[in-house]
Amino acid sequence: MSIALYRIDDRLIHGQVVVGWGKPLNVAFIVLVDDAVRASAWEQELYRMGVPSEIEVVFASTEEALERLTEWERDPRVGILVAGDIDTLAALTVNRHPVSRVNVGGLHHRPGRSERLRYVYLSDAEASQLRTLAARGVEVTAQDVPTTPPVPLEDFT
Amino acid sequence: MSEPLRGVIVSHAAVAQALLAAVAAITGVHDALVPVSNDGCDTGALAERLTRAIDDKPAVLFVDLPGGSCLTSSVRLARGKANVAVVTGVNLAMLLDFVFHRDLPPGDAARRAAEAGSRAIRTPAA
Repeated sequence: MSIALYRIDDRLIHGQVVVGWGKPLNVAFIVLVDDAVRASAWEQELYRMGVPSEIEVVFASTEEALERLTEWERDPRVGILVAGDIDTLAALTVNRHPVSRVNVGGLHHRPGRSERLRYVYLSDAEASQLRTLAARGVEVTAQDVPTTPPVPLEDFT
Repeated sequence: MSEPLRGVIVSHAAVAQALLAAVAAITGVHDALVPVSNDGCDTGALAERLTRAIDDKPAVLFVDLPGGSCLTSSVRLARGKANVAVVTGVNLAMLLDFVFHRDLPPGDAARRAAEAGSRAIRTPAA
């Protein structure tokens, strides 16, 4: 089945990922791509606490994710890959990597960002980054939980 | 006597506000608890809300789930601070016990609240 969801969410692993998406997708593993978390055993333990023991959690740096993406894509189990920002996920879509769909699940208010959806705040540069991703052939939609309809990129950028 | 502990309820949506209202309705105590919702927050914004709620006072953070953004932000904030403790799985029973035992050190108050909350989970015959 491989990775069923590539998600951008600044909260990383949390309830919407583990329960909201994880239950209906019957997820067996979650890949968290974040350089800072990858470097901290303490942070990893914190994120692991929110995940049932039957779900494997893999912590990867961006570089490691680039190396292992094909392996995860070939995994017979269902997985979710989560990154905390657009840069990280965009880095995984370059060259040979077959990321065809990206889910914007939560980017919250910060200085320089404006509200695009209740759970998506973007700067103009970030909106442009997402449009560039789409121009590269990646389907980009926003959707916080699977019970809501996906919002097309043009409706929030 | 030192200042009584502050309880900060950290939750998704409006759970914290609802628990605070229930505690006030049952006990008449209005000044022991502060609600914090993670609604609309990334980790930085939630940390700011928590910092404001704690206000440099000794506190116990009552978190709704044993994982997720409420927990990660709370544990990060409490890390290395002897005057802030964290309990997960907040329920009404633990808060009712807590508001009458705010003279304990934060770690002891957290353990006591966790025990009170656990005792309230039962499956009575119907």
